[in-house]
Amino acid sequence: MVSGLINPNPVVYEKKERRVRGASSNADEYAVEPIDQQEVFDHIRDIKDPEYPYSLEELKVVAEDAIEVDDQHSYVRITFTPTVEHCSMAAIIGLCLRVKLIRSLPSRYKVDIRVAPGSHSTEAAVNKQLNDKERVAAALENPNLVDMVDECLAPTYG
Amino acid sequence: MEFVDGRFELREIQKLEGHTDRVWSLAWNPATGVAGIPSVFASCSGDKTVRIWEQSHPAASWECKAVLEETHTRTVRSCAWSPSGKFLATGSFDATIAIWENVGGDFECVSTLEGHENEVKSVSWNASGTLLATCGRDKTVWIWEVLPGNEFECAAVLQGHTQDVKMVQWHPTVDVLFSCSYDNSIKSQIWADEGDDDDFVCVQTLDEPSNGHTSTVWALSFNSSGDKMVTCSDDLTLKIWGTDLERMHSGDGYAPWRHLCTIAGYHDRTIFSVHWSREGIIASGAADDAIRFFVEDNEKDGLVDGPKYKLLLKEEKAHEMDVNSVQWSPGEKRLLASASDDGTIKIWELASVPY
Repeated sequence: MVSGLINPNPVVYEKKERRVRGASSNADEYAVEPIDQQEVFDHIRDIKDPEYPYSLEELKVVAEDAIEVDDQHSYVRITFTPTVEHCSMAAIIGLCLRVKLIRSLPSRYKVDIRVAPGSHSTEAAVNKQLNDKERVAAALENPNLVDMVDECLAPTYG
Repeated sequence: MEFVDGRFELREIQKLEGHTDRVWSLAWNPATGVAGIPSVFASCSGDKTVRIWEQSHPAASWECKAVLEETHTRTVRSCAWSPSGKFLATGSFDATIAIWENVGGDFECVSTLEGHENEVKSVSWNASGTLLATCGRDKTVWIWEVLPGNEFECAAVLQGHTQDVKMVQWHPTVDVLFSCSYDNSIKSQIWADEGDDDDFVCVQTLDEPSNGHTSTVWALSFNSSGDKMVTCSDDLTLKIWGTDLERMHSGDGYAPWRHLCTIAGYHDRTIFSVHWSREGIIASGAADDAIRFFVEDNEKDGLVDGPKYKLLLKEEKAHEMDVNSVQWSPGEKRLLASASDDGTIKIWELASVPY
């Protein structure tokens, strides 16, 4: 695949404690519970980095407070931070995030994915590609790319 | 214009299901829907198939008459009928273009065009049906000459765009080809009889410095006379361009296009499709699931600052997901078909509401 690691020495952070999603006891149990930041974070935190045996959370590529959710308008925006600013894996990481959310969220959801401002040398190009659904659709018909994405998503299946 | 003061409503006539993946595009057969001939259109999808839909009788419902499958091996992104309605061209992510001939209602693949390096994104026939243009992710636009016996010969490969070419569209009356791209520009290319290898030359590029779009240009459409063009973009605007038609028809066929106005502030997400009706109504389909209609409105300020357009109607939640294509029917009725990521096609009638 890639010879030589892009970031030879990534900083690995501790995982955040997993909280039980708070359900207030007196709430109507049949009420539709809106999707929130924490739920979206739980969908993506365990995605494996394309290069390392660490999760995107452990590498601080994704964080809960970099997720914006507007359930009423069916909208999510994920801002992720590549470990290094010339990271050639940024597009793959973004694709993994997109695929995971396509599989996890209701189809009414609109998802925007972008790299954190100032965190990547070709920020605008990466953002444009990740949000062009035609190019994403074409990428997801490429068996090699799909294998890579599936490998990164494997730990979060279930 | 009559539409400015009219009241309109959009009626859903029919919802068509059958595709098992997102529907990318659709095209009405131009030789149908008039003179008592039941209207026909084709749709293409991520499920690798093309479906042909036919109205059982005028004023009755549409049914799927044929499924064209097992020819394309990946997403079918674009489809276009030849002007006679006898041939359908389909472009696919599998890098090929298939030509289908309608033989008494059966569709037969009579030719497969190869040459693009990867995904083909759009196909378009010229007004006389003698040329076919195709474009794709390899940044090129190909012109194919239609020869007798279902033969297609590559007449030119145009390399002007610096990125993914999203759509090609011939001008309705003159053999000038327009293309729009992920590189944010629109290019106008014209047949140049200079005897060189490059038979087509780019005569104009409408880009950001010429008041053009600031992100991917997804589609373009001409008004019926061909002196105006509308383009739609990821930058959430529609832009109207105009030219001198007389000059275009005379001499070398080239007349520059200039920016007339920008329709901004109406769309919330990427605009994937735009289509101008014969009567002058612009329909747009966008990633916010809505379909919008615009008409020219020059009553207040005249033409001093160029034409102005107003929103005639907005249909929120026209589909459950992104609207990828909107196309006006060629028939007498004001019918529009829309295709969506939700896998459905809807037929709508834009009807005037009596006061």
